[in-house]
Amino acid sequence: MTVTDLPLPADQRRRSAPETQLRRRRPVSHWLQPTIVVLLVVALLGVPFWMVVVTAGKDQAEALNPNLSLPSHWQLLENFGTVLTQGRMVPAFLGSMLVMVPSVLGVLILGSMASWVLARRKSRLISVVYALGISGIVLPPAVVTIVLLLRQLGLAGTAVGMIGVYMGMYLSTVIFFVTGFVRTIPVELEEAARVDGAGPVRVFARIILPLLGPTLATATILICLYIWNDVFYALFVVGGRLDTLPLNLYQVASSGLYLQNWHLIFAYVILMSLPLLLTFVVMQRKIIAGITSGAVK
Amino acid sequence: MTAQLTPRRTRPSHPDPAITGSVPTPGRARRQDHPLWFLIPALAVLVVFFFIPTLFNFVYAFTNWSSFHSDIQFVGGDNFTALLQNGTLLADLRTTLIYAVLVAILQNLFGLVLALVLEADTRINRIARTAFFVPVVMSALAVGYIFQALLKPEGGLNAILGFFLGHEVTIAWLGSTTWTLLVVAIIHAWKWMGLSMLIYLAGLKTIPGDVLEAARIDGSGWWSTFRSIRFPLLAPAVTFNVATALLGSMNGFDIVQATTAGGPGGSTELLNIFIFRTFGQGLFAQATTMSLSLFVMVTLLAFPVIYFLRKREDVLS
Repeated sequence: MTVTDLPLPADQRRRSAPETQLRRRRPVSHWLQPTIVVLLVVALLGVPFWMVVVTAGKDQAEALNPNLSLPSHWQLLENFGTVLTQGRMVPAFLGSMLVMVPSVLGVLILGSMASWVLARRKSRLISVVYALGISGIVLPPAVVTIVLLLRQLGLAGTAVGMIGVYMGMYLSTVIFFVTGFVRTIPVELEEAARVDGAGPVRVFARIILPLLGPTLATATILICLYIWNDVFYALFVVGGRLDTLPLNLYQVASSGLYLQNWHLIFAYVILMSLPLLLTFVVMQRKIIAGITSGAVK
Repeated sequence: MTAQLTPRRTRPSHPDPAITGSVPTPGRARRQDHPLWFLIPALAVLVVFFFIPTLFNFVYAFTNWSSFHSDIQFVGGDNFTALLQNGTLLADLRTTLIYAVLVAILQNLFGLVLALVLEADTRINRIARTAFFVPVVMSALAVGYIFQALLKPEGGLNAILGFFLGHEVTIAWLGSTTWTLLVVAIIHAWKWMGLSMLIYLAGLKTIPGDVLEAARIDGSGWWSTFRSIRFPLLAPAVTFNVATALLGSMNGFDIVQATTAGGPGGSTELLNIFIFRTFGQGLFAQATTMSLSLFVMVTLLAFPVIYFLRKREDVLS
């Protein structure tokens, strides 16, 4: 990123400060800021995540009142095993993938196609379509009547219906990101290909689509995050009919009749969070650069 | 980028209409270069899965659609009257609005403070930035369960408070009809503060060094530089963060469902919680009525807010 090529204001201030001030301040600021950072991380993140890990390692009796103490004996792996079978995690993982992958691919392809035309043509109709296309960023989906519509279409409770709902919700995000980006691609690039005899499909697939890579990566990250973690829309559309990871977590957490099985809930939370966490840790530079690029300009 | 250097190709002004189809020519009209049918698949999905359900909202909110009737009949504004009379409509709108405002304020406050603390590009700061982004990646439902456990009267937070205060603390953080809404808003802000932090960090980096240099030469301290130079220049980041926080929390469900499920006494019942609950009871028309109310509230609020925030940016440039 651009951290190094910008002059850091803090350094400048220090460098040009009078010698006496420099000698007095520097040692304090040297340990003060890192101390604050460590305290913030421990208090805001350390405490909740510590509780998750120790509770996930306890047995049911010990986890009855989740606290910060260590388990008397660790049974983290047994608890993982229990939620894998009782929480039907493998079908849930597959179900999550089954709705996420087609939804994301679908919005990327359909959204890019539409965005290309929306960015290149100019007319009143096109601006109206564009405004409608991005309105979903702001407007909340009509979650109850979607269910009615899916019943009428015979798609209620099916993966196809869920995919359609997610696509309808997140096409706006793709159209918004991609249309803005296509406008920055010079038309001459397309014309060069057109002279060589390429039709619109070829121009789109060979010239435009490859250039969209970084923008589509950003959209992919955001939409994957939303769909992978969504439980609200899934409860309405496929609740009880299809396993997804958040839906099954909801079931594991709601099924305790008198008491909640905190050790199982948190074992589930750990396993469920791992795929996205690993993806994030491996790709964090790209993810962070992608998310921040569009927002501040 | 090299494309800008290539000369613009000249095109014959009147393309021959006979030469179309399989024979490509360099001189075809613009319209065929970007055919409208490229819009059709996306529009079809949007119309079927977004716009038609939204239109249905305006229809079925005025019917008696429920799992108790086999047929659906128009009942006029009966649903609205009923929800107004038992106070749910206004109470839930109010709760959702307060929640959204609290989240927008807190999420931005936390995010901005984190960004300022972690601004310098040191190793420990980079690690901390990554750590604070972890809750953003996690499921909101999971976050809700974590805090439900942590905030129990005999839970972890009270244990820590008791340790520092020297006596037992048994505050029911999620049991107050007044303050729990604030507690849940703090949890929501906690989950998303890492995203706000990232946006603010990126915004802080765009502020030119010479502006800050000039302020320093004029004798401006840290706070006055921040208040009169750095914060105003963060306007685009504020716009993005406030807008996303408002929209995200007005559509909020997961965190509230996992911590309080709308309680105690309905004091944290967001519109989406009501919609989910009444839908589960088979009262589809009432759920639709609330869904329509949410739609209207978001429409009435989001556009003016975004417009106002954008105006603030214009003043800068």
